[in-house]
Amino acid sequence: MEGVFLIAALTSILSVFLICLFLFVNGIPGMAKIGVFNFLLGTEWAPTDSPASFGIFPMILGSLYVTAGAIIIGVSIGLFTAIFLAKFCPERIHRVLKPAVDILAGIPSVVYGFFGIVVMVPFVRNYFGGSGSSILTASVLLGIMILPTIIGVAESAIRAVPESYYEGALALGATHERGVFFAVLPAATSGIMAGVVLGIGRAIGETMAVILVAGNQARMPTGVLGGIRTLTANIVLEMGYAADLHREALIATGVVLFVFILMINLLFSLLKRRQAR
Amino acid sequence: MKQNRLQSINDNTWKQKWASYKRNPFSLLLFILVLFATSITILTMTFLVGYILIKGIPYVTPDIFSWNYTSENVSFMPAIVNTLILVIGALLLAAPLGIFAAIYLVEYAKRGNKLVSIVRVTAETLSGIPSIVFGLFGMLFFVTALHFGYSLLAGIFTVAIMILPLIMRTTEEALKSVPDIYREGSFGLGAGKLRTVSCIVLPAAVPGILAGIILSVGRVVGETAALVYTAGTVAEFPKGIFSSGRSLSVHMYALSREGLHTDQAYATAVMLLLMVLFINWFSTKMASKITRK
Repeated sequence: MEGVFLIAALTSILSVFLICLFLFVNGIPGMAKIGVFNFLLGTEWAPTDSPASFGIFPMILGSLYVTAGAIIIGVSIGLFTAIFLAKFCPERIHRVLKPAVDILAGIPSVVYGFFGIVVMVPFVRNYFGGSGSSILTASVLLGIMILPTIIGVAESAIRAVPESYYEGALALGATHERGVFFAVLPAATSGIMAGVVLGIGRAIGETMAVILVAGNQARMPTGVLGGIRTLTANIVLEMGYAADLHREALIATGVVLFVFILMINLLFSLLKRRQAR
Repeated sequence: MKQNRLQSINDNTWKQKWASYKRNPFSLLLFILVLFATSITILTMTFLVGYILIKGIPYVTPDIFSWNYTSENVSFMPAIVNTLILVIGALLLAAPLGIFAAIYLVEYAKRGNKLVSIVRVTAETLSGIPSIVFGLFGMLFFVTALHFGYSLLAGIFTVAIMILPLIMRTTEEALKSVPDIYREGSFGLGAGKLRTVSCIVLPAAVPGILAGIILSVGRVVGETAALVYTAGTVAEFPKGIFSSGRSLSVHMYALSREGLHTDQAYATAVMLLLMVLFINWFSTKMASKITRK
């Protein structure tokens, strides 16, 4: 029976191996045909023109901008909420708030996207101008979506700091707030950073919600109220009808995304290890 | 939290707190910021859920539950059936694999085993991969290389890989939370390794394992990006496991993307939300069972 258990344990290794193999084997040749620099740094994406051009730089920038916006919003709100949950709220309130945050984590991304379409896009259109489908809208929506990730990781990082740090600060005459912010929080930095990195991974990989609110224009970003297309959106939008080199270019887009994610994962596990020490 | 009398000496009254804040305006500012951020989080959650439920429930009419999908009556019944097939299929594949893998990691592997750390790293990698990459892989491997075509089967395999790390991790934690005394007692009575694991440790870990499985059901129900190019987007009833069919989330995506059937999209959003809320509640209830022990 031990053999059966062992084989089951090996499936995750097999899966990762197969995913890497199939993505790279199908994506790299296309990238090579287009030329790695033309592909990564080309600013024009026009797969149906002749000659077609396959530059995904606008999409890389799109993903980065939207993720940066999401991190600014998600981390500032999420971190303070985590501090409240860990150090400010009595047990009774915590028992209500924690499940509420968990609900936020469980809502499917299409439902977020739908909420974005019916509430946020009209709001941005009416009060900020533009079409409403924009970097701003996508950033705020993604910021909300990564909140539970950041809150969860940051809260447990703060709770992992020994109580003596806080007590020491109080004994030196600090107020509760100063004790939490200047004695406990610095000690939790690497754990909080791990949460931020996890949030970046979530935001960069998010697809459906972003497609619905970001406008999806495949051009260089024109400002926070202009539309943008992310790497993930590019794959989903065009895979349905793509053929030949176009299809290979889309798979190569997936490879670029995958490499981004692998780097983020690596960073995350490094931070996790530092926190454990 | 239990508070004895000695501790309550340190409790401040509101008046004392206010006096301290007046002396330290910066602390007051920090306190306000913390309260402000928390209320934004909670208000966003209530507004999002409340808005969709209040605006959407009137659209949940008997029509939308009809068995036939037509372009006039955009019924989500076929999508619900497809979702159920996907959930059951993915669990049949991933639950035994994940549970067995966790049993190996916790009960059989020796400390400092090189293989164990590789399995851990790959499982962590898997759980960090975005669903669209799983979708691409599913399309390249199951749909194209294995010739499944756009089918529920390809979708099942794809989401099974997605939920595998989740089931593995929760099962591992559940197994670890079983006290060693159980194992020692069982060995002391002369039971072997396998009997100890299957008759003593596993039953004690069942609530935790179930909580993980329910969570992964939630992930499958909410999944879209991995299914569009594996299970496909056909809106009718599937003829079998080899025919294509859209899940409820994919249905929702198609409706919101077309923008023609906003009413039905609202109803679908309500359905998805209710399913996920129920799954969340159920999983928390299961998880609280182990912590109480």
